[in-house]
Amino acid sequence: MSPIPILSLIVFVPWIGALLLASLPRLGAQACRGVALAFSLSTLGLAADALLSFDRASTGYQFVERHGWIGALNVHYHLGLDGMSMLLVILTGILSPACLLASWRSVREPRFFGLLFLILQGAALGVFLALDFFHWFIFWELSLIPAYFLIRLWGGAGAARAAYQFVIYTIGGSAFLLLGFVAIFAATGSLDFDRLAQMGADGTLGARLAALGGFWPQAVFLGVLLGFAVKVPLYPFHTWLPPAYAEAPTGVSMFLTGVMSKMGVYGFLRLLWPLFPGPLHAAAVPLLWLALGGAVFGAFAAMRQTDLKRMIAYSSVNHLSYCLLALFAVSAATGRPGLTRDASAAALSGTLLQMFNHGLSAAALFYCVGVLEARSGGRRGLGDFGGVRSAAPVFAGLCGIAMFSSLGLPGLNGFIGEFLIFLGVWGLVPWAAALACLGLFATALFLLTFWQRVFHGPRAGAAAGEFPDIGGLDCAVLVPMVALMFVLGVLPQILTGLFNPLVTSWANHLPLP
Amino acid sequence: MSPLPWSIYISLAGALLALAAGRRSPGAARWTALAAAVAAWAPALLAAARFVPGPGLQTLVDVPWIPSVGVRYHLAADGISLTLLLLTGLAATAGVLFSWNIQERTGEFFALFLILVAGVYGVFLSADALLLFVFYEIAIVPKYFLIAGWGSTNREYAAMKLALYSFAGSAMVLAGLLWAYSVGGGHAFGFADLAEAAATLPRHQQIAVFALVFFGFATLAGIFPLHTWAPTGHVAAPTAASMLLAGVVMKLGAYGCLRVAMPLSPVGFAYWQSTIGWLAVIGIVYAGLVALMQEDLKFVIGYSSVSHMGFVILGLAAANAQAVSGAVLQMFSHGVIAGLLFAVVGRMVYDRTHTRKLSVLRTMPLYRLLPFAAAVFVIAGVASMGLPGFSGFPAELTVLIGTWRASPAWAAVAALGILVAAAFTLRAIQLGFFGTSEKSEPPAQVPHLEPISLPEKAGALLLIGATVLVGLRPDLLLNWINPALQSAIFQSVLKGGAP
Repeated sequence: MSPIPILSLIVFVPWIGALLLASLPRLGAQACRGVALAFSLSTLGLAADALLSFDRASTGYQFVERHGWIGALNVHYHLGLDGMSMLLVILTGILSPACLLASWRSVREPRFFGLLFLILQGAALGVFLALDFFHWFIFWELSLIPAYFLIRLWGGAGAARAAYQFVIYTIGGSAFLLLGFVAIFAATGSLDFDRLAQMGADGTLGARLAALGGFWPQAVFLGVLLGFAVKVPLYPFHTWLPPAYAEAPTGVSMFLTGVMSKMGVYGFLRLLWPLFPGPLHAAAVPLLWLALGGAVFGAFAAMRQTDLKRMIAYSSVNHLSYCLLALFAVSAATGRPGLTRDASAAALSGTLLQMFNHGLSAAALFYCVGVLEARSGGRRGLGDFGGVRSAAPVFAGLCGIAMFSSLGLPGLNGFIGEFLIFLGVWGLVPWAAALACLGLFATALFLLTFWQRVFHGPRAGAAAGEFPDIGGLDCAVLVPMVALMFVLGVLPQILTGLFNPLVTSWANHLPLP
Repeated sequence: MSPLPWSIYISLAGALLALAAGRRSPGAARWTALAAAVAAWAPALLAAARFVPGPGLQTLVDVPWIPSVGVRYHLAADGISLTLLLLTGLAATAGVLFSWNIQERTGEFFALFLILVAGVYGVFLSADALLLFVFYEIAIVPKYFLIAGWGSTNREYAAMKLALYSFAGSAMVLAGLLWAYSVGGGHAFGFADLAEAAATLPRHQQIAVFALVFFGFATLAGIFPLHTWAPTGHVAAPTAASMLLAGVVMKLGAYGCLRVAMPLSPVGFAYWQSTIGWLAVIGIVYAGLVALMQEDLKFVIGYSSVSHMGFVILGLAAANAQAVSGAVLQMFSHGVIAGLLFAVVGRMVYDRTHTRKLSVLRTMPLYRLLPFAAAVFVIAGVASMGLPGFSGFPAELTVLIGTWRASPAWAAVAALGILVAAAFTLRAIQLGFFGTSEKSEPPAQVPHLEPISLPEKAGALLLIGATVLVGLRPDLLLNWINPALQSAIFQSVLKGGAP
């Protein structure tokens, strides 16, 4: 254990910031924004510090903090970090300040906004770092409350309904997740992720749950599956997502898609797959169809949208489905002889990269739609603009790069993740890869439509009148994100280096069915 | 342990003093009541500080009372009683703080309030079934007068309904106890003595005796379908009485089920176990759905209490140490959270806006007018949803784990209840406090509301502190409760499930 509890600091410094904002009711608006931003940036600083002493060759948890907590339930205060968590902590660290900057000027009551946002940020970090179900679930559930209020109070006209739907869907999923872990605790007496993963790998967990008899062992698996499926979301549990993303204020949409959707994928990789390798293998083919449904229908639904924010929201359904597609393909092919291992490693690396890349590009796209909204008095229809490129060339350039990153153009960050996923899935379950191509095709179509209708042609709609190009603040958000897209497109090993040993070990010891 | 009985005596003396002080001025009565509530809480806190957990009741006082039938004035405590004594002190103190604005007949109000509190302390300290019953009655009578005298909506009807249900329940309890005592040839009313007597009865009689005592007590705990007194009673009662009613008095029923009914006849319990379990889970979901449909904010809270008490009854029905420890934890947790919710709705909102209709409240942006009330309601609501970090979560989690061991189907339906609870709580938060956003039409007239007073803030912070403390350190209470469940008398009825 490191002498400084760096992981606790990562989780709790944003919450300390929230507490500070709560206790300073007379702080001026600008000072509140500054305080929120400073505490939000702490994650990146602390993560950089952790990165310096992070052992890239190790596959285990590092910087582990483990203390007794609730003896009666065998609960520990348990934080730890491996390559996957590191990746997501860095992603959160990059996106959170950007989200705050996105809402820098437009948001009323910046103190309350910053307070809620810092709670949300800390909760998301806790999800990525906690390794005991009790400890983890606090963050998992608590993240909903600030998210609810951020959507409800700063969102658009339909925000009340969207926020309610978002929370009820997610809590509904969580109730079954909780039930699943109730059963796991009743069977094993442990809530420790590491311990449970061992029991999942050697089959103890499956055997203990099988003792329940009847439908119950499957019900436990389905409960945990449902909890994560709603969060990602997996088709057809995605219906809460478009309204929530569309109604939320820009900065919050960025965080929802950039970070919170990753909580679900993280749950699949950290919990569902290691704990239930057998049931997941058995259910892999139907699940592959659902992931394909999300990839294809998500893209086609995005094509049909006239609201740009809803379009990006549906494209998130599409992109996240690729992550799950890869995982389900790996699970489906587990135990099959042949090239499974290399293909699995490729698919899983792709999944992790895709999580990061989607976070970056979807957040950037939401930011761009926010810019359009701010300049047009809240309009964001596909037909509300025209010729923005000639009015605002810098903005058009940056937004175009974000789009092509989302599209998966080689040379930008989005490409390598999707390429590895397709490479892996092709080797594992060829038909699924073939069908998923439909989604790629539709994605290209809707993003190019977006580009053409909004940026090309003569200036029209909201862009016909005065339409200033983006200023210093917008550039401060977009330029680093776009630069990162280039850097990661050319040097993906910056990220893959963090989790390569982990993915290799996953592929080598594929949890057996 | 020895100072514990003083909780009863101080409360009774406080009642008399408050009555006397009330003749002088309402302010004197308030301060007297507050001093009495805190002073009566102090022995419980002192005892908690030096408590050594162990199985079995630790006797405090034991003198003969009615020697001819073997009734003794026997006060004793174990970890379970201590948990509930602490809750009683907390709820009583907060209740006084939230009654600071009572103007009419202040002295009488606090006198009745403190008699009720004394009765509750007495129940939790009794180690003799008949003594427990006497204290139980002492607690019920002032409730009627508090609601009928200081209540609101439909108070005569509600007070009468509550009194009739309570008395019918107690009649069943008394009949059951006397049946076991006389037919079984008992010689004393200690819990173990009665169980011994009941064990000599033929099986069908044991089943009947158990049903009388258990369902008699369970009526007061709000078991479905005998719960209908609870929402109307809670709504009509003045704030402090709602807080005590939902927070503590419903626990009397559940405590009676656990302490008296279940050990009385393990045979009878085994017969009724699955019925009780199903009634509990039906109550959890049904009351939650009803709460989802309510138009009066206080009715939402009233039905939510029935739903949450379902978890207590479910834990008892599952009958293993894990589930029962969770049930006791849930008693504490719900006592605090329900108190908080009623305090916001009854005192902070209703006394200022004079309405509890969600359709009216949604036109007032209460989160702007009363930010403190909104914040407290959100915290209490989140706790009531069973979100982790607050006391409801470890309690419901422990109940669910234990229940899963007894019957996965019950646990599955109860998990559905958690979802329903989230839905109605969120709806109440949204409509009640965050109805109008800045973008929509401004409300017709924004009433001027007096700011939240200091006693209200103190009371709210006290209760929030308790729910967060237990939410993060549930072992503080579980370490008292679990050893208590190892006593022989509980082990006779609890099966397996080592905590």
